Amino acid sequence: MRQRIEIALLVGPALVLFLGFVILPVLLAAVYSLYNLPPAFRWEHLADPERFVGIANYERAIGNPEFIRAIGNNFVILALSLVIQGPIAIGVALLLNRRMRGRGVLRLMIFVPYVLAEVIAGLSWKLLLQPQGGVNAALEALGLGFLQRNWLADPDIALWTLFAILTWKYVGFAIILMLAGLQGVPEELSEAAAIDGASWWQIQRHITIPLLGPTIRIWAFLSMIGALQLFDMVWVTVAPTVRGMATETMATYMVQQGSFGGQPGFGSAIAVILFLISLTVALVYQRFALRRDLAGSITRGVR
Amino acid sequence: MTATSTITTGTPRSKLPPAMVGRRFDWGQPFVYLIALVVAAIAVGPVIYVFLGGFRTTADLNADPAGLPDPWTLQNWAEVLGAPRFWGNVLASVILAAGTTAGVVVVGIMAAFVIARYDFRGREGLYTLFTAGLMFPLTVAALPLTLMLRTMGLHGTYLGVIIPSIAFALPTTIIILVPFLRAIPEELEEAAAIDGTTRIGFFWRILLPLSMPGLVTVGVLAFVGSWNGYLLPLLVISTGTLPQELWPLPLGVTQFSTQYSQDTAAVLAYTSLAMIPALAFFLAAEKRIVGGLQGAVKG
Repeated sequence: MRQRIEIALLVGPALVLFLGFVILPVLLAAVYSLYNLPPAFRWEHLADPERFVGIANYERAIGNPEFIRAIGNNFVILALSLVIQGPIAIGVALLLNRRMRGRGVLRLMIFVPYVLAEVIAGLSWKLLLQPQGGVNAALEALGLGFLQRNWLADPDIALWTLFAILTWKYVGFAIILMLAGLQGVPEELSEAAAIDGASWWQIQRHITIPLLGPTIRIWAFLSMIGALQLFDMVWVTVAPTVRGMATETMATYMVQQGSFGGQPGFGSAIAVILFLISLTVALVYQRFALRRDLAGSITRGVR
Repeated sequence: MTATSTITTGTPRSKLPPAMVGRRFDWGQPFVYLIALVVAAIAVGPVIYVFLGGFRTTADLNADPAGLPDPWTLQNWAEVLGAPRFWGNVLASVILAAGTTAGVVVVGIMAAFVIARYDFRGREGLYTLFTAGLMFPLTVAALPLTLMLRTMGLHGTYLGVIIPSIAFALPTTIIILVPFLRAIPEELEEAAAIDGTTRIGFFWRILLPLSMPGLVTVGVLAFVGSWNGYLLPLLVISTGTLPQELWPLPLGVTQFSTQYSQDTAAVLAYTSLAMIPALAFFLAAEKRIVGGLQGAVKG
């Protein structure tokens, strides 16, 4: 009996917070998405049959070219992250994985962009990338004036600029993660291979990178989920009109329509779609790529 | 979701000696330093530009955006630091981050203690429930959450940000703490029981001090997450009634940059000042953050 009370008292607060502020809102999103709700929401609205619209919000979202483009942008960022950030991170980590002077300082510096808030990093880049900003001026000074662009305001290149900023922000994290993973790759294997006459490149290609596999797969997973949830950076760096034309993501579209556009019902439908897409990607990836790494780590549960 | 659990369940372990694969490739050494230099320059270059820009006048910036300060001026910094607005932003961020951290640590360790060291039906279910929380991102819950907070009267308040932040930090917290608490040997608990300590006494006197490293990791993660958070403050605070002098930093900085968009130097000064707390905190907790990562991938 005493144990029951202890359990209840100790787990209670966490359980209430978790169910009330994590699970309940997600369930509510599913409920709200079936209604046409005004911005000044009251619970009574859910009892009003005239506000119940069934799956109309979903139909509207799916049939909306802006939202479809937003989904596309999310997946473009996701694919680019994997294809560009991954190899950069692995390459740099392989090169830096050696005894060298200033390793600690270097690690600190590489990590700086990751530590800054996405918003503050984004604002800094917004200033740097203004037409009269530091980047264009630096290009001019280097004699590369023909490369000058209106980086964040030109819809043709805004998404690429955004991706470059994201790479700057997150590739350091990937490098540190890979370096950490490399510490778990036993030295003896490469030494043995070197004695057998393998070149540096062969060793990396056939020994180190395969053994780094679990780290790479986990990084890829985090990167994919991050790409699908992308919000802060887009919201802060790109002006709303350009965002609507070129860099909208699911999350920015959701906040734009649902919160600032005063349509919580429609926004909730977007949230549910975002959730389902993330979940599908996560499950598929887990099924095909992560299964080996995770064997027994979570399915087994507690002890 | 599940992957994050592997990432974070890394229990602390002694550092392995780093594998120095490339030691014999001396010809590559200069090349490697060059790469290292380029990577480091790209990483910190923009940050340095922002800091330097804060020491320039707007006229100087407009005349030569890529140059060095000429003349150097402390006026921007003095103006930002002299106005209550910046300090109000910092204070708000501190309140939000400290509140979230304290909440997460206290609520998290209590729940983790039960899941790790009590034997009862439904224990596994409880653990699975919390880990499943990783699949519910804040982005998805944000809209209904704001509506909920509105009906609870918490919209536009600090508590309206702190409470959901605690809730969303709980899954990672519990995933990190449970293995930590479980690793503490059964014998200690038995010995304590023989000496007449209750379970709660054991929790207070033995478990808590022993799990300090885990608590610090969890606390650092929660603090940084809250300090950098934007979506929740944007939806809960910026649309509320709090004056912008009392908005947390990320909101305050965006607001300042919109308001004073013509005065680039002032914005740069404000932005660089806003970076300092995060950078300082990172320098202080670097071992924890990076070390945590390393334990994580090796786990």
